[in-house]
Amino acid sequence: MAGINTMIDEGRTQDDVAPLTAVEMPRQESIDENYETVGSPLLHNPLVKTRNVNVFYAEKQAIFNVNLDIAKNEVIAMIGPSGCGKSTFLRCLNRMNDTIDTCRVQGDIVLEGQDIYDRSVDAVELRARVGIVFQKPNPFPKSVYENVAYGPRIHGLVNRKSDLDDIVEDSLKRAGLWEEVKDELEGSGTGLSGGQQQRLCIARTIAVSPDIILMDEPCSALDPIATAKIEELIAELRENYTIAIVTHNMQQAARVSSRTAYFHLGKLIEVGETEIVFTRPVHPLTEAYITGRFG
Amino acid sequence: MTDSVRKTVRDNLKKRYRAERYFRWFGVISVGFGLLCLVALFGDIFSKGIGAFRQTAVELEVFFDPDVLGVSASAEEAKIRTANFDGLYKAVLRERFPEVTTRGDRRVLYRLLSTEAAFDLQALSMANPDLIGQTRKIWLLADDDVDMYFKYGRSGEQVGRLSEAQQAWAEQLIAQGAVKTRFNTGLFTNGDSRDPEIAGVKGAVLGSLFTLMVTFLISFPVGVAAAIYLEEFAPKNKLTDFIEVNINNLAAVPSIIFGLLGLAVFINYFGVPRSVPLVGGLVLSLMTLPTVIISSRASITAVPPSIREAALGIGASKVQVVLHHVLPLAMPGMLTGAIIGMARALGETAPLLMIGMVAFIIDPPSGVLDPATVLPVQIYLWADSAERAFTERTSAAIMVLLVFLIVMNGLAVWLRSRLETRW
Repeated sequence: MAGINTMIDEGRTQDDVAPLTAVEMPRQESIDENYETVGSPLLHNPLVKTRNVNVFYAEKQAIFNVNLDIAKNEVIAMIGPSGCGKSTFLRCLNRMNDTIDTCRVQGDIVLEGQDIYDRSVDAVELRARVGIVFQKPNPFPKSVYENVAYGPRIHGLVNRKSDLDDIVEDSLKRAGLWEEVKDELEGSGTGLSGGQQQRLCIARTIAVSPDIILMDEPCSALDPIATAKIEELIAELRENYTIAIVTHNMQQAARVSSRTAYFHLGKLIEVGETEIVFTRPVHPLTEAYITGRFG
Repeated sequence: MTDSVRKTVRDNLKKRYRAERYFRWFGVISVGFGLLCLVALFGDIFSKGIGAFRQTAVELEVFFDPDVLGVSASAEEAKIRTANFDGLYKAVLRERFPEVTTRGDRRVLYRLLSTEAAFDLQALSMANPDLIGQTRKIWLLADDDVDMYFKYGRSGEQVGRLSEAQQAWAEQLIAQGAVKTRFNTGLFTNGDSRDPEIAGVKGAVLGSLFTLMVTFLISFPVGVAAAIYLEEFAPKNKLTDFIEVNINNLAAVPSIIFGLLGLAVFINYFGVPRSVPLVGGLVLSLMTLPTVIISSRASITAVPPSIREAALGIGASKVQVVLHHVLPLAMPGMLTGAIIGMARALGETAPLLMIGMVAFIIDPPSGVLDPATVLPVQIYLWADSAERAFTERTSAAIMVLLVFLIVMNGLAVWLRSRLETRW
């Protein structure tokens, strides 16, 4: 892993890469409707199985025929240039896209044998199993305690105040925030620093003990030190949770994930072990992206 | 940058600063004009209305004559209540001015005092029956014409209908120091009256209060519920677009139309009694509803979507998202909108004329089903009255209305700062 880090760190960062439109794509690299994902998108005995997933915003198609499996207790990173559909795909996994009126999802997304878009599945229950952390830290404008306690309370997970206290403390400890906030649990959640707010949001998510945590560019609004803390946290959380993380930052993907999926214009181009994707990418588009030819 | 470019920029700079200066001056003049209008309005109302808060009284030596009253001190209460106090104050005046002898002159003389004087004397005797048979110096309420003459007429201004003879008598009393002005408590404790000296705004204030209570209780919950449904739950389609357009139109409908609607629907069809605050409140809530819905929708939209996503993301249901997160954050804005709507309803006259709240009602209402009038209608009624004393009472009523408004707006500011969540 260290080898990958140095390789990418020495390379150009995404900020000084020319935008996608500025690069003339070689003809043979363009992909048609019947493309096939290279690498190893499918697994034996996966936790989440997605088959032929197409997503539309009104008439515009955002995701094309994605097949991807996610194993239990793995950290899978989804990378790709802006607008490639990685966030859209992530938000399909807990049906957050339901809130967008024009959004339509086709195909199968199966969690432990249950199609989550089946009519019998309640999105509210699903989201308790598949938590999500957003790009911008969005704690409720309430106290730190209330932020974490909200989930367990609405799902009726606890009957006694002392149990709730335990859950709050445990969640904050797992999110690595306990030491910083234990004396001011009644302080406002929005009064914390950006990095603390994001860890509070993670604590809030794990308080309902989900199976999967989705992270939608969790560090893009944070400074490098706060980012490092979140990355450490992800490394600890992988022992108990399955994590799918969308990131814009390739170094981050290389550091935190065990598998990487590369999206390009709504298509899943390549999936594989992170180390392999970053050192020996198979598809020319993947290679172009990770070597910084476009971003 | 070449010299010629710099010169162009510098020349343009002058023009730009000049334009900015003009703009600033225009702003200052606009604000100044607004302030001037406000000062002129308030100044006019204040200078006209301030007199109504003081009222003229005349001090007379009253002999509670058992012969005139027709009762003795030991009589029972009911007897004293019906005693001839009307005759008593007239007798007192006759005694004070023995030179007035003819029937016609005496009738004019009696008009120095308000007819209310008899009720004051009655109240005194009921409280203390021992007074009967004794003599006391008592301040009695003057007639409105004497009131006007004492307050304004002596400086030569023509203010009332006081005849020359009456003026002479009044001067005689004034010379003896038997005339003074005192605080006009009746203005706040009495209902409406044909006699300006005993007319008060209590009935109108209570009427306004009850009417606004009904308006708030109906328009706020209904408006907020409608706004939440339209913003958070309703599908976005042609029908909801149509509803939205109509709500906006409704907000611009002239208020008299709502009055006609109220007359046709609430009074004629549902048989709600006319002139009562209940029907007034119903009509005004129809009128306020669009305002409440529009402002509530605006404050719901202002709640950041990230909060909704956060709550949805940990598995809150749609209703929980709204009740736990959106509503508390939108509440200050909703209340502000509702109170602005209320303030408009408070000043509304036209629709209430249609539903009979313009009737002459003496007794202050004690509930939403008692006939009543409201402050703006009271102002309209008094402004329409012939007596000079009603002019200053009209201004006084306007001042009461303004105080009412300021209190409501103050409440809005206080509520908003209290409920506002700090980020």
